[in-house]
Amino acid sequence: MSRDDPRLIRLANEDNIVVLGATIHTGETVLVDGELITVPQTLGMGHKIASRAIHTDEDILKYGMPIGFAACDIARGEHVHLHNLTSRYTPIEIMETQA
Amino acid sequence: MTAQMQGWLRDDGRKGIRNVVLVAYLVECAHHVCTRIARPFDESEVQVIGFSGCFPSDYGQQMMEALCTHPNVGAVQLVSLGCENFKKRRLAEVIEASGRPVNLVTIQSEGGSQTSIEAGQGWVRAQLANLAAQPKVPMAVSELVVGTICGGSDATSGIAGNPAAGVAFDRLVAEGATCIFEETGELIGCEHIMADRVANPDLRPQIIATVEKAAHYYAAMGYGSFSNGNAEGGLSSIEEKSLGAYAKSGSSAIQGIVRPAQRPANGGLWLLDVVPDGEPRFGFPNINDSAEIIELIACGAHAVIFVTGRGSVVGSAISPVLKVCANPDTYSRMREDMDVNAGRILHGHASIAEVGEEIRDQLVALGLGSRSRSEQLGHAEFVLTYKTPVSQQPGCHPGG
Repeated sequence: MSRDDPRLIRLANEDNIVVLGATIHTGETVLVDGELITVPQTLGMGHKIASRAIHTDEDILKYGMPIGFAACDIARGEHVHLHNLTSRYTPIEIMETQA
Repeated sequence: MTAQMQGWLRDDGRKGIRNVVLVAYLVECAHHVCTRIARPFDESEVQVIGFSGCFPSDYGQQMMEALCTHPNVGAVQLVSLGCENFKKRRLAEVIEASGRPVNLVTIQSEGGSQTSIEAGQGWVRAQLANLAAQPKVPMAVSELVVGTICGGSDATSGIAGNPAAGVAFDRLVAEGATCIFEETGELIGCEHIMADRVANPDLRPQIIATVEKAAHYYAAMGYGSFSNGNAEGGLSSIEEKSLGAYAKSGSSAIQGIVRPAQRPANGGLWLLDVVPDGEPRFGFPNINDSAEIIELIACGAHAVIFVTGRGSVVGSAISPVLKVCANPDTYSRMREDMDVNAGRILHGHASIAEVGEEIRDQLVALGLGSRSRSEQLGHAEFVLTYKTPVSQQPGCHPGG
């Protein structure tokens, strides 16, 4: 039986993030690895949340492979994106969000 | 266990899951005559391909030779204007040596357009009668060569469609099939991860060099890799974006690198390097999805898995294209063009493994007589442009 909300996609068992398969709105609760998490902000499909606590400098794993490392400690359920994930490849600039 | 596939046995031992007659122009000036030769026939039986340029091209020659002797091809009608530079006699000899019927019509000596159209149609009609009588033989999944690409991608491609295609690839490789992935220009950032997956350590530096070459080439073309739109869609790094494309390859060990028109030496997973060596010439390596698909087919692919999010509709000449739609909204709008609904993964209605299994099963069904949506709709796209020909590299594994 899945320990994740059906709107969350776990791409590999060893991943420490799950991907949203649908938009999840502020304040909604989702089951992440068996634990109910309240989503702090509305996040669209394709965005990621931590499926367990991730420590500073730890690799962030998607598809079972590193997509960068944690720039700070990340709590379970927290949005994982440009603000707390740093690429090990070429650093990318924080881009302006579209108006 | 699935039913036994059936194929047409060719002289080189390969088997085809289709038995098409190609009508091939050897310069654009002969294209219209080919279109008219093929017009009375269905796309499932007769398809038009060709090389448009008049200047000589070793790449064009290699591609046309590989395509005209592809296992899905039963006979070839060549149409020349007469004064182009294409080595048409050599192509005709290669086709004849492969055991296939070949007929060369040269418009300037035949008497003109109408005379050539009638001559070509008469020959094609006779071939169709012959091909219809050719027996099929049992074909194993291990004899299949399958390619994969993605196009018209969106955020769903990397999280639903491509991972499911990767599961299908893993299944097919486990059954002994040959699987080919490509798009090194979209693998920038995961070359070191890819290099860790090689079957033979000698391949490591070649894999990294292949991706670095692609990065250099696309940068010279003024083509960036990571956009604001990617970040808005939830992607946080170039390696994350690239891994989304890379997910199509599954998790099998990489056997080696092939170049356009080269055949993998044995079963398993292969990387197709579509980017020419040396300084950029002739523009983009492949100008669109159809040009990429035809290079996979020139490497022997019997069928191509095509993952889309926004909704591509293309098929291809020679080999069926199986459309996997990752976006559930696109699927409900464009289901007439889609073979597999991978969007179910996003709604939690199916797992990646289940959809991967369905892709594998639909692919095998193409060898049992079923036709993909793009085939049913008559899609038979074909694009072949100028490109720097491949220089043979030691350590690569060119096919026969």
